Amino acid sequence: MNTTIRALLGATALTATAMAASADNLTIATVNNGDMIRMQGLTDDFTAKTGHTVEWVTLEENVLRQRVTTDISTKGGAFDIMTIGMYETPIWGANGWLVPLDDLSEEYNVDDILPAMAGGLSHDGTLYAAPFYGESSMIMYRTDLMEKAGMEMPDAPTWSFIREAAAAMTDRDAEINGICLRGKAGWGEGGAFITAMSNSFGARWFDMDWNAQFDTQPWKDTLEFYVGMMNESGPAGFATNGFNENLSLFQQGKCGMWIDATVAASFVTNPNDSTVADSVGFALAPDNGLGKRSNWLWAWALAIPAGTQKEAAAKEFIEWATSTGYIELVASKEGWANVPPGARTSLYENPEYQKVPFAQKTLDSILSADPNNSTVEPSPYVGVQFAAIPEFAGIATEVSQEFSAVYAGQQSIDEALEKAQAITNDAMEAAGYR
Amino acid sequence: MARSVTTQRKTINTVLAWAVGLLIFFPILWTILTSFKTEAQAINDPPIWFFFDWTLENYSVVQERSNYMKFLWNSVIIAGGSTVLGVIIAIPAAWSMAFVPSKRTKDILLWMLSTKMLPAVGVLYPIYLLFIKLGLLDSRFGLVIVLMLINLPIIVWMLYTYFREIPGEILEAARMDGATLKEEIIYVLTPMAIPGIASTLLLNVILAWNEAFWTLNLTAANAAPLTAFIASYSSPEGLFYAKLSAASVMAIAPILIMGWFSQKQLVRGLTFGAVK
Repeated sequence: MNTTIRALLGATALTATAMAASADNLTIATVNNGDMIRMQGLTDDFTAKTGHTVEWVTLEENVLRQRVTTDISTKGGAFDIMTIGMYETPIWGANGWLVPLDDLSEEYNVDDILPAMAGGLSHDGTLYAAPFYGESSMIMYRTDLMEKAGMEMPDAPTWSFIREAAAAMTDRDAEINGICLRGKAGWGEGGAFITAMSNSFGARWFDMDWNAQFDTQPWKDTLEFYVGMMNESGPAGFATNGFNENLSLFQQGKCGMWIDATVAASFVTNPNDSTVADSVGFALAPDNGLGKRSNWLWAWALAIPAGTQKEAAAKEFIEWATSTGYIELVASKEGWANVPPGARTSLYENPEYQKVPFAQKTLDSILSADPNNSTVEPSPYVGVQFAAIPEFAGIATEVSQEFSAVYAGQQSIDEALEKAQAITNDAMEAAGYR
Repeated sequence: MARSVTTQRKTINTVLAWAVGLLIFFPILWTILTSFKTEAQAINDPPIWFFFDWTLENYSVVQERSNYMKFLWNSVIIAGGSTVLGVIIAIPAAWSMAFVPSKRTKDILLWMLSTKMLPAVGVLYPIYLLFIKLGLLDSRFGLVIVLMLINLPIIVWMLYTYFREIPGEILEAARMDGATLKEEIIYVLTPMAIPGIASTLLLNVILAWNEAFWTLNLTAANAAPLTAFIASYSSPEGLFYAKLSAASVMAIAPILIMGWFSQKQLVRGLTFGAVK
């Protein structure tokens, strides 16, 4: 007996020593959102399993983007893992800045990642970042107001229905706006929304020769429809509203409908924060009968910069954080409504998760977005609400500023489109595309 | 002769001064109030002013999530270190400009100030590459050097202005008594300039404490000061204003308290030379 105990103690000590000897301290750069913060709280589970410790650098999304871009492009090596999005991943993968994730373990089951997510996070068929959570956009609407307006929301409405419903739900005296949409300048704010919306109107950023397309009718139709509908039924000052401003309005019962990120569904149905939590319905983002809906596709994913000295430990972390095991860990501690959504097929096959009210619509929205074929007319770029080229962020920020000026009544739609065309063509010419 | 001021004018001036003061202080007051609200109360429209259920929950969440003391200590080292180092370098520089000016002194002073007009992002990549080569990335020492260099023009200017008010004859007398240059600066000039040096120190500690470009871009997990602590609570996708406010209050509290106690010196330092 004594010998057995001694042998067991010895083996435990050896394992602990081996673990400590090979243990790394990982530095991870990430964004401040609910799912990421939850992951930080559960890191002890990873440390207990692997011996590796983790230090978090949490930054606001735009600051993080600038910070990690500087580090990765100079091979600074400040981070072992970076939280990046669908826009950066294919570009950085093509530049050789990221470690390919082509040797993940069998247990990890890489085939379980939703194909749309895996496609958007790959370059030339190689996965460069593992999705932590994914999102699309969809309609969140007030079921009570819709009923009061005598209308019924279809599962997959058209833009004309949405405009009609928004007008019917608007009650200026009661401070209810029929529809709330992003108008704030910035490629990831109002720029993302109007680009996704323009897809459903048949517009595109570039033709196959990388010529800007803002001088085409579909772009004019998109802006005229958006501005007309928002002036009729949108909130005052919508030109400066982004995700947070609209979330605040919706939670306070001041929006009949809101089309935005699927991740917002968990916020608006949370009775602790939302005054309308018990009367929210969901539908697919609208279309215009042209074969493309106006929903986007995005993922926050974990990637390993090529400069890291701790590649093996970093891969272990990524396997832990984006595994089905992690999803089950979150579910066991905080419930199925709080697990990171939109990354794995198996999550949507789980009967427990199917009970979450917005689960199916989120999946349907994600599945209906195709980053490789996002426009009605063919386009040379990958991405739904963006074009995955390095120049896009700068160009789209400028273009969205012009559009926001239209929303604020500072210039006409024609003026804005003319400027957008010139800005885009000049930048593409300077970058050597044309 | 002092000009007589009517009671009516005095009242108007007082009311106006209070109104301007409150206007300037309002964002800080609002941040403090928001830090004691729930997230739902923080976004309430119309805004809730004082009558809400005050809660310390946000402070407790922030304490739980972040190692505040580590960020605070980094801020103290970086802001304090860069200021002290800057003053040590600036005193001899300001002495030479004030007491033995050359034909080019004015040009040099203006050139030094002009470096403040360069957008910081313009030199981000060169500085970042230098930091990588020198192994200074995410180190407090690296940030002390960078912030010292950034604030050096202001420190030199402030000390130069102050030194100019000290009669050169006193230094001359010390020299005639056999004081060396080092002794002249340390034992004669510095004691006479203590109030000016103190206000320069205070102002530059505040500037370094609030610096948010280099401190965010050159740090990661080890050397990040309180500016990074605040940035970690800002979120474009989620309403966490109450927690962000609690983090902001915790970050500005030390410097606010320091500023409160040293406001006399600060005002003196800032207005020195403005009225002669």
